[in-house]
Amino acid sequence: MRFLFKTDYDQDIRLFKHGGQVFWYGLLMALLLAAPFLVDEYVMSQLHFICIYSIVGLGLMLLVGFTGQISLGHAAFLAVGAYTEALLQAKGVPVFISLPCAALFSAAAGLIVGLPALRLKGIYLAIATLAFNVIVEEVITRWEGLTGGNSGLHLKPVEIFGVTLDGDAGFFYLCLGLTVLSILALMNLLRSPTGRAFVAIRDSEISASCMGVNLAKYKTLSFAISAALTGIGGALYAHKVSFISPEQFTLLQSIELVTIVILGGVGFLHGAVLGAAFLIVLPQLISLAKDYLPANVGGTGLQAVVFGLVLIGFIIFEPLGLYGRWLKVRTWFELFPFYRKGMFRRQKSYMKSERLR
Amino acid sequence: MSFFKVANLGINFGGVVAVDKVSFEVRRGEVYTIIGPNGAGKTTIFNLIGLIYPATSGQILLEDKPLTGSVPHRIAQLGIARTFQNIELFEHATVLQNLLIGRHRHRAASLWQELLFTPAVRRAELAAREAVEQVIDFLDLAKYRDSLVAGLPYGGRKVVELGGALATEPRLLLLDEPSSGLNPEETDDMAFWIEDIRRHLGVTVLMVEHDMNLVSRVSDRVLALNLGTVIAEGTPAEVQAHPAVIEAYLGRAA
Repeated sequence: MRFLFKTDYDQDIRLFKHGGQVFWYGLLMALLLAAPFLVDEYVMSQLHFICIYSIVGLGLMLLVGFTGQISLGHAAFLAVGAYTEALLQAKGVPVFISLPCAALFSAAAGLIVGLPALRLKGIYLAIATLAFNVIVEEVITRWEGLTGGNSGLHLKPVEIFGVTLDGDAGFFYLCLGLTVLSILALMNLLRSPTGRAFVAIRDSEISASCMGVNLAKYKTLSFAISAALTGIGGALYAHKVSFISPEQFTLLQSIELVTIVILGGVGFLHGAVLGAAFLIVLPQLISLAKDYLPANVGGTGLQAVVFGLVLIGFIIFEPLGLYGRWLKVRTWFELFPFYRKGMFRRQKSYMKSERLR
Repeated sequence: MSFFKVANLGINFGGVVAVDKVSFEVRRGEVYTIIGPNGAGKTTIFNLIGLIYPATSGQILLEDKPLTGSVPHRIAQLGIARTFQNIELFEHATVLQNLLIGRHRHRAASLWQELLFTPAVRRAELAAREAVEQVIDFLDLAKYRDSLVAGLPYGGRKVVELGGALATEPRLLLLDEPSSGLNPEETDDMAFWIEDIRRHLGVTVLMVEHDMNLVSRVSDRVLALNLGTVIAEGTPAEVQAHPAVIEAYLGRAA
């Protein structure tokens, strides 16, 4: 087991807490950079999706896991990002302008949703964001002049400085780079006052405001940053699937995004990436399993059923998600043989009678 | 110029007059205590000062500038910090992080600087940690420094909450029943700290408290409330001997 002796405040602040982390994350990064040379086209395609959904998951994680605001409408931000990218690319705007624009437009949409969120909480906020999802979906379907309605829009591969990223490797490096940048940006945010203000709002709004946190400002900010990341994810998604239409951005997509956060582990950045990986790998496992199942079981509904069961199972048996499970396994090995069953049990919180609003 | 003044403060909840024309003045550097039986309106006064409830009438003045009409988070930025009777902490964060949130009003960096974690942000973070570490030292919280608040005993949480309020470097500290739920030993510590906060940190304290031992030990002046109105004001001994106070607590002799 590793003991960290702290002799400097900087040790609390730095991104890598000890040499072990540098080694393992470095190894992971090296493997990912080498991936295009190691694995086949099919696995590469899955890695693209994992990166894209990681970015979206990170955005949603900031909102749900760190600011404590629920959103069942994130597919709408995904749509705003995807359509912005598609339309700007059709106009011949280079990707290093269109991608920030996708983020910016999504962030603007996030601000619009964030404003009513100031007055709504919990289930009511979920319903409001759900309504927003439906509205955006409907607008995209009806505004045929701009979005092509149900016939959708086609995208060309990304082009940077005249180099077309149509191969697997180029696009993968773009996705990977943006994922790493998103993670770094969020880590920076979470170790500075803004991130702490988000966490404060999650745990006790009244106390946060008594500490000088402007609730309105930070809630809308969280919505905007979350939407911006989702917008970037949406733009990459549009390039990946190269054809977008309204039925890709339905309520079901939003719920799938929330699933990433819950399966990965609410309140951990790792959780967003693990959840995204799980979400991408699970359908593959299901389709593999179909070969061994009776024909009348392996129908189209199977995936939804398995997803539902997995989600319920996680909520009941592992509310901390995949990352929480990993923490427990790691602690078990670190403390062997002294691990106790109740070590990660949430303590009962004390009476809260001063919930004033 | 008065330091902190409440004039004719009042609030009605429907037909219930919770606080009625309460006026008092807190001098710089003193410990001023509000006492009264349950339902006297003590905590309501704190919530009025924190602008959590809008006052129906009256004024709250910090250095002759009115607070009424402002917004709750501005109150903290003006240098008024408070603790809650039933503890409002950030449960899923460590003690250190809880105290660091207290430094929020001193933040200077913009969002972009924070996203990039520029050297200026790092310097500010280091300075914030130094300030918080002094509070940890002051309240003897070092043993809990890195534990989650959710796992602390009640007495520990009470001290963490006091620490969070101190980390804001307030000019006026509002303590809502600092000794409730504490054992005699912890109450004794709390009395020490309140004296030290006044003497060494130079912070003015406005407190609501039931424990009369603690009240008479640390307070300079006491205000007694009953049913939303002021019934007595003076030194702890004067107020305790006041007939209206005795009547409010014990009832009239038959």
